[in-house]
Amino acid sequence: MAARRYSIWSLIRNALAYHEGWARAWRAPEPKPAYDAIIIGGGGHGLATAYYLARDHGIANVAVLEKGWLGGGNTGRNTVTIRSNYLRDPSIRFYEHARRLYEEMSQELNFNVMFSRRGQIDLIQTWAKLRDARRRSLSMALVDAEYEIITPEEVKRRVPLVEIDPTARLPILAATWHPGAGIARHDAVAWGYARQADAAGVDIIQNCEVTGIRRDGGRVTGVETTRGPIAAPRIGVAVAGHAGVVAAMAGLRLPIETVPLQAFVSEPLKPVLDVILNCPALHVYLAQTDKGELIIGGAADGYTSYAQRGGLHVIEQSVATLIELMPRLKRVKMLRQWAGMIDLTYDTSPIISATPVDGLYLNVGWGSGGFKAIPASGEGFAHLLATGRPSPLIQPFGLDRFAQGRLVLETAGASNRE
Amino acid sequence: MTGYRLDRGGRIDRTRPIEFRFNGCALQGFAGDTLASALLANGIGVVGRSFKYHRPRGLIAAGVEECNAIVQLGGDDDAPNMVATRVALTEGLDARSVNCWPGPNFDFGAINDRLGRLLPAGFYYKTFMGPRGFWPLYEWFIRRAAGLGRVPERRDPLGYEKRYDHCDVLVVGAGPAGLMAAVAAGRSGARVMLVDERPEPGGMLLDAPDDIDGHPALDWVAAVTAELDVMANVRRLADATAFAYYDHNLIGVIERNTGRANLRERLRKVRARQVVLAAGAIERPLVFPDNDRPGVMLASAALAYVERWGVAPGRRAVIVTNNSSAYDTARHLKARGVEVAAIVDLRATPPATALAEAAGAGISVHVGHGVGGIRGRMGVTALQVAPVGEVGGDWIDCDLVLMAGGWTPGVHLFSQSGGKLRWEPDLGCVVPDRCVQAERSAGACRGRFGLASVLADGTRAGAEAARAAGFAVRDVTPPVASNGPALELALIWEMAGARGRRAFVDFQNDVTAADIRLARREGYRSIEHVKRYTTGGMAIDQGKTGNLNLIDVLARAEDVAASAIGTTTYRPPYTPVNFGALAAQDAGPTIVPWRETPMTPWHASAGAVMYEAGATWRRPGYYPRPDEDMEAATLREARAVRFGVGIYDSSPLGKFEVRGPDAAAFLDRIYCTRILDLPHHRIRYGLMLREDGRLFDDGTVMRLGPDHFFLTSTTGNADAVYAWLERWHKCEWPALKLWITPVTTVWANAVVCGPHARDLMARVTEGVDLASKAFPFMAVREGKVAGLPARVMRVSFTGELSFEINVPARHALALWEALIDAGRDMDITPVGSEASHVLRVEKGYISVGHEADGMAGPDDLGLGRLVARDKPDFIGKRSLAIAAWNAGPRRQMVGLLPENGAALLPEGAPVMSVEAGRDPSAPIGFVTASAMGPALGRSLSIAMIDDGRALIGRTVQLSARAGSQRALVVDPVFLDPQGARLRS
Amino acid sequence: MLLIPCPFCGLRNEEEFTSGSEADRHRPADPIALDDQAWVAHLFERANPKGAVREWWWHGRGCRLWFVLERDTVTNAIKVVP
Repeated sequence: MAARRYSIWSLIRNALAYHEGWARAWRAPEPKPAYDAIIIGGGGHGLATAYYLARDHGIANVAVLEKGWLGGGNTGRNTVTIRSNYLRDPSIRFYEHARRLYEEMSQELNFNVMFSRRGQIDLIQTWAKLRDARRRSLSMALVDAEYEIITPEEVKRRVPLVEIDPTARLPILAATWHPGAGIARHDAVAWGYARQADAAGVDIIQNCEVTGIRRDGGRVTGVETTRGPIAAPRIGVAVAGHAGVVAAMAGLRLPIETVPLQAFVSEPLKPVLDVILNCPALHVYLAQTDKGELIIGGAADGYTSYAQRGGLHVIEQSVATLIELMPRLKRVKMLRQWAGMIDLTYDTSPIISATPVDGLYLNVGWGSGGFKAIPASGEGFAHLLATGRPSPLIQPFGLDRFAQGRLVLETAGASNRE
Repeated sequence: MTGYRLDRGGRIDRTRPIEFRFNGCALQGFAGDTLASALLANGIGVVGRSFKYHRPRGLIAAGVEECNAIVQLGGDDDAPNMVATRVALTEGLDARSVNCWPGPNFDFGAINDRLGRLLPAGFYYKTFMGPRGFWPLYEWFIRRAAGLGRVPERRDPLGYEKRYDHCDVLVVGAGPAGLMAAVAAGRSGARVMLVDERPEPGGMLLDAPDDIDGHPALDWVAAVTAELDVMANVRRLADATAFAYYDHNLIGVIERNTGRANLRERLRKVRARQVVLAAGAIERPLVFPDNDRPGVMLASAALAYVERWGVAPGRRAVIVTNNSSAYDTARHLKARGVEVAAIVDLRATPPATALAEAAGAGISVHVGHGVGGIRGRMGVTALQVAPVGEVGGDWIDCDLVLMAGGWTPGVHLFSQSGGKLRWEPDLGCVVPDRCVQAERSAGACRGRFGLASVLADGTRAGAEAARAAGFAVRDVTPPVASNGPALELALIWEMAGARGRRAFVDFQNDVTAADIRLARREGYRSIEHVKRYTTGGMAIDQGKTGNLNLIDVLARAEDVAASAIGTTTYRPPYTPVNFGALAAQDAGPTIVPWRETPMTPWHASAGAVMYEAGATWRRPGYYPRPDEDMEAATLREARAVRFGVGIYDSSPLGKFEVRGPDAAAFLDRIYCTRILDLPHHRIRYGLMLREDGRLFDDGTVMRLGPDHFFLTSTTGNADAVYAWLERWHKCEWPALKLWITPVTTVWANAVVCGPHARDLMARVTEGVDLASKAFPFMAVREGKVAGLPARVMRVSFTGELSFEINVPARHALALWEALIDAGRDMDITPVGSEASHVLRVEKGYISVGHEADGMAGPDDLGLGRLVARDKPDFIGKRSLAIAAWNAGPRRQMVGLLPENGAALLPEGAPVMSVEAGRDPSAPIGFVTASAMGPALGRSLSIAMIDDGRALIGRTVQLSARAGSQRALVVDPVFLDPQGARLRS
Repeated sequence: MLLIPCPFCGLRNEEEFTSGSEADRHRPADPIALDDQAWVAHLFERANPKGAVREWWWHGRGCRLWFVLERDTVTNAIKVVP
């Protein structure tokens, strides 16, 4: 069963009926006693996994269990950036695949997720970073032929808001240009996958918190939830901010710490920024949404927390950078700030993996970068859940990399000349 | 009455007229006006257009909750999205409505209103998907249609500053509750801060006339304010908004009344021991067809315009209400000369006293009725009275429709503090329930609306707060006031309307009740889904007027109580905050303070190109002579070191003293290198591993005495190394007796290096035998250099004979100048970071951050011989022994000799295998550093390559983008592998 | 911004401190005695509790004391550990 198609024609047809005839985007089913697979977490990753399980593997007798409302975790709290300019080769390949899937997502899901290929500029403000950027650009060129280093003047041409004063404290020496990067409407990604997964027969069960993982010997048999027990031979954990809590239900400890990450938006403005602008030296990045808000992210707060709150000083630092780069923004106002909880792994790369518990699979530890990964993560995790084996793209991100010493370290420090 | 200005009343100065412009039209107001009140006084009904449908809109409110009158200011005040009710009228003010073209009276965008049926909530998720690849085109138009104001063309000519503040009791809001709280707390002697977003204290007493102690309430406000202003322990900030409540009672306050003409705003970060929230309440609109027409406003706003600014917002009003407050409002308006044509009361049985009062005043009341419709697109001309639940009825001529839908308590800061809210069923609103921080709410923001109970509640809260802060509180009696009639609110906000007529819930974002029902019908049933799908509550007022109605409409559609829907999260800031204020003095040259070495004046005078290289040190990159570029200067400097003598400022190196009886044992655990047996006055190259066995840092360890060590770290890691040492000592091995002192900036270093270094040193050194036998490589001596007390170390970062001279930082410039003078005839050459890099590459020395990028272990870097594996333990030892980690191929450091020795390989270039059968797109490693070797006279590189040492003697190739150059894999030590030069 | 009770300096702003993570995750006394699996677990796994956590803080931009706090990771309420 496919969802009724959205199009300009369906919109006109429904307008004539005062929009009273629209079908539900997804059902609100009661949980069944048993499924072929359960996915814990109704965010982008969980919903995408359910969608690809049905599409690619014919497994649709699936429940997605969400403790709150779907898309209400980090899927609905991130800064909507989609890019693939990572440091290590496995990461570059994986995120580039995800980025390409985003380009097709609206048509694939018949839901306009508004993927907008804005391109990303990463400012380079120290000579050491220039060396890092060269490495990154030449590695990136293997997957994105247009990736290049651009001059400060080119930065100014693309972002007139930015000052390129060579006497500034951290002058813009150069920048990298990642033309494939873009933004998308974050809620729409969750909703689009939810709608098609539902249409394929997946039960998306909201307000259903998993409180325990049932095991028999070394195998999972199902979950305990606030809406009663549900049985399944395969369980995929796709949660953010609570990966450790859920894993602990199966007796697992993860190489993860959970920290708050804040973001904020300005009031809506007429178009003023056509690219994603990132300032790695001072930890701020921003883009302008289609609604006109500047959406801005910065560094994570410095302690573990499940509070979805952060400190003012972290915001102040981000804003100071913003003003240092773009002093015309002084009288632009912060409209709203919020925080998500991010699960940081030891090497800051995700974990998509089987576990020592048979039938239990993890898709966790996305840190601040989960949104951009959603389609490739869902596709890869669905493959893992369906076949028990990782696809080549996700193979480097197994939990066994820690025991094997194959870390995918994405936090290489800036080099210096000593 | 002139225009809409009343002949009397208002807190404006009628002797001071002010000229201003609105949408290009010259107008006049008075000192004390806001832009909004001045517009009303000039009879400007249409002040803006809505976001989506571009419907004409008038003022709906008088305070922060205004969501229609959004303007762009011009000139030096250029700023987007200013709310007209919050803009004080100043001479020459130039304001324009945002998001309409050419103006609010005629706007081409209004076509969207005609097409409105095609643009329901979320329409854009369902369209603009085809043809494939057309989204950028659609997006171009959508982006230009969206957005409100524009970013100012110039940077703000005024400044901003920020500071910390501390107090025992912070009171937010200077209305009746807040004033009493401040008095109660202030009289106890507690340090009190009272902040209020308005220019004047009084809160709602400014808006609605009332009596306290038998006199006009504002007399009481003046008396209380005077008392507070003379208390030395009380500070009162007017025009200052508490915008956010963070953990541990940190409250952000933006102060606009800065007292300095060149300072626009001041951010105060107030850490309060106790907080009283007395934020008041915002009146709640009603939901009926065309409730957004200019001339429809909140009843409290109309009163405020009359009382505070002497402006009648209309000539003939109809009040629509679900509670008894409308009757007082009608009486006040009438007294001020505004005709009240009718009260439309949604309640089936309003209190008899109210009805009698209206009858006495000659105001007709339509009981059990609501609004069926509004006439007048550009301004209300009539209102249709319809029985509740029905459509259609009689029309009443009027130009002002006032909505009295009860109150929305200002729980924003309370919710931000982490406090839990609960529904108050009788009032149909949410109020504070459980506190989690040291705060309490008082007055209308916790659902107390009668004046007497508000005053009493404020007194209680102030006393409680002072007591909780440890102060003895004397009895404070609130003044005498009346609670007025009870609200007796009926839980009705939405009225029936003809199909297709829009009834707005969120005015600015054009979210209608039908949109909410549509969202629900489509499965978006969580309140958060509804908000996100419809954008309700997401406009720049952040749902101050609309949120409760949104929940109400949804609850009715679900047929549940509003409390079952829950509440939404209130996020900071309460009202939008300028980025300029959040940044304040943090932006600018000191955004990251930089560091300089004591030799910097000399470097500058020598024409060095200075840049930041590691850990915010600004240092010489190279010293170009006239006509030299970086490459030429670097090569000349590097050759001077290989063949003559150079001098290098290595002061930024991290330096640490470790002293104590267990210092040696401690360092033996910290370094994988052996330290215990390090002889006195000898130096060892030390590697620090992380516990996972990867290289963390490298540097030198010097023994200055049995219990005394001196360490260096890389510049970039100096802070991290210090934290590392402290952590291991204090958290893991506190029993070890030692202490650690970071001395990076206590000492400054000059390195004299090159084959002629000893000759130069001989000229300036006293008390040290410089002969190689007496002072071998990796030894340290103390003596005098250039007459200054100095430590001299024979260490080398270049592969050449080197003397590193450490002197107290205050002597460093003198030392440097003396060395330069002494070496002038030897052509001593200052050497910058670039040449230093070239020299280390030619010598095959690792660099933390290049080869050691967090993944490499000591053996990968060719440093396995430095690991003292027979030590019982050291950090990282266990990880080096993990069997699985040593099983597979490792990425190893090697040298590369490009086939073309005249060209550098690009640093960072992916290295590809040339062997058949390998994936041509999968790199086997990358180039970490490249240099034109000054001794070898050819291009060479260092690379990290998978199983690289096994490839020595074979050829590899760079990726196509990097140039496809071929290079021979060799040992990374290109020069003097035996170390004869540095030991000479 | 948290207000951190430094045992030496009293209540100070979070910006002066560095969080040092879980206080009870000590280095094994004899790492060599552990098998590979146990050592890898020690290296990488974290308790990362939701609720009370005992953790190290370093007053690095102050008196440089390392000390242990008990903090609730949900409410950020802090107790000083004597």
